[in-house]
Amino acid sequence: MTMISKTSPPPPAACPLPESFAIQCRVVWALILREMLTRFGRHNIGFAWMFVEPMIFTLGVTTLWTLAGMHKGSSIPIAAFALTGYSCILLWRNMPGRAESAVKMNIPLLYHRNVRILDLFLARLILEGGGATMSFLLLGFIFTWIGWIAPPENILLVIIGWFAMAFFGISFAMFVGAWATKWHWVEKIWHPAAYLMVPLSGAVFLVDSLPKKVQEFMLYVPMVHGCECIRDGYFGSQFRAHYSLAYITLFSLILLIVALIVMKNARHNLEHQ
Amino acid sequence: MLELLNISKRYPVMGGERTVLDNISFQIQPGEKIGILGRNGAGKSTLIRILSGAEPPTSGQVVRGMSVSWPLAFGGTFQEQLSGLDNLRFICRIYNKSVEDKIDFVQDFSELGRYFREPAGKYSTGMKARLAFAISMVVEFDCYLIDEVMAVGDQRFTDKCRVELFEKRADRAMIIVSHNQEFVRSHCHHAKVLNGGRMHHFETIEEGYNFYLTHIAQ
Repeated sequence: MTMISKTSPPPPAACPLPESFAIQCRVVWALILREMLTRFGRHNIGFAWMFVEPMIFTLGVTTLWTLAGMHKGSSIPIAAFALTGYSCILLWRNMPGRAESAVKMNIPLLYHRNVRILDLFLARLILEGGGATMSFLLLGFIFTWIGWIAPPENILLVIIGWFAMAFFGISFAMFVGAWATKWHWVEKIWHPAAYLMVPLSGAVFLVDSLPKKVQEFMLYVPMVHGCECIRDGYFGSQFRAHYSLAYITLFSLILLIVALIVMKNARHNLEHQ
Repeated sequence: MLELLNISKRYPVMGGERTVLDNISFQIQPGEKIGILGRNGAGKSTLIRILSGAEPPTSGQVVRGMSVSWPLAFGGTFQEQLSGLDNLRFICRIYNKSVEDKIDFVQDFSELGRYFREPAGKYSTGMKARLAFAISMVVEFDCYLIDEVMAVGDQRFTDKCRVELFEKRADRAMIIVSHNQEFVRSHCHHAKVLNGGRMHHFETIEEGYNFYLTHIAQ
């Protein structure tokens, strides 16, 4: 009987940084592919569902808002208003929605020592964020093409705003997801909380159109800043935008740091079957 | 060498804590094969999870001087919507192994035939177990964790597993948890008995079973 030779040398106690980074990239990529196959399969349009699904949502909302005539008596371009608003919602709501169950659904994967809890989150968030970004890009392109909206006045501002919003979405998602590993009720309150946050998120109003007192309050909500920035880039000449990129970025950073601290101890809290 | 230093594991339960592992230390040398005995709920699976790294101990340290496998034939990581082949690809990606040269082996060994390319959700328990074992053989480790693996499959498949594991990989260390006395007696060098969170070490399997059968299994 032939003996199978060992191929791997004993692993060093700690991998050097570049090597462990390479491992982590590979693991995240493997998780992304696994997630894509699991969620979208190989049937019909397959992976395209990743952005077609959010596109259908956004298209529906844009059509509804346009037909409802919410813009009567104001000069804001309603299609651009809806596209930017709903695409922002996709970022801050769908990412935490995916992150909240990321660990619970994948606990057995932690038997593979290279798989870290952070990787489970990253894979889902990259997929979700990528889908939302593709949807925003494609719809922006199509709407401009068919003349529903004018091209952005300041494309750089749109990109910066989108990144700020995406960073917030990722941080918020990690925050919700990390606490969900510790407290079961987090996933219970996430759904109503996400629903209630929609009207506060800046997607359905322009800060400038609110009474002064309400404006002050609304500007404490981080999502409002990202949304206003994106709209400033799209049709900034037609309204007065109120936002601080420093505020939303700092807010996100704090969420992210707390999330990473909670995540560091998360393995202790997991319930294996 | 794989070494456990003062490992304790406590879980929160209603109104307090339950100590599952209480200050356990031992070493495993390359090629050494140990059997872990204990009643249901004695903490054997918890110990396996700590050894694999899936779960951290409450206190103490695991020093891994050799590569340690995931629990052998553990099918829990299979995604039901994915085919056997996709599940194999996933494992290969994680461990940085090429997949093309593993496909034939896994397909043959698992005896899945055309089901290999069907979603794992359609598999019977036996089929899943065969696939899990075959995939476990794709990545080489210095130390294998074996938790009640041979309980599944028919005699012929069990024989195939024995050749793959105990003949072709006779030089590896193994940590075996099983309620099957015959199995433990024929493959392990030493025995360790888990009881009440404590671990008792025995040079021979015979001594281990004597202790287990007279003091614990009664």
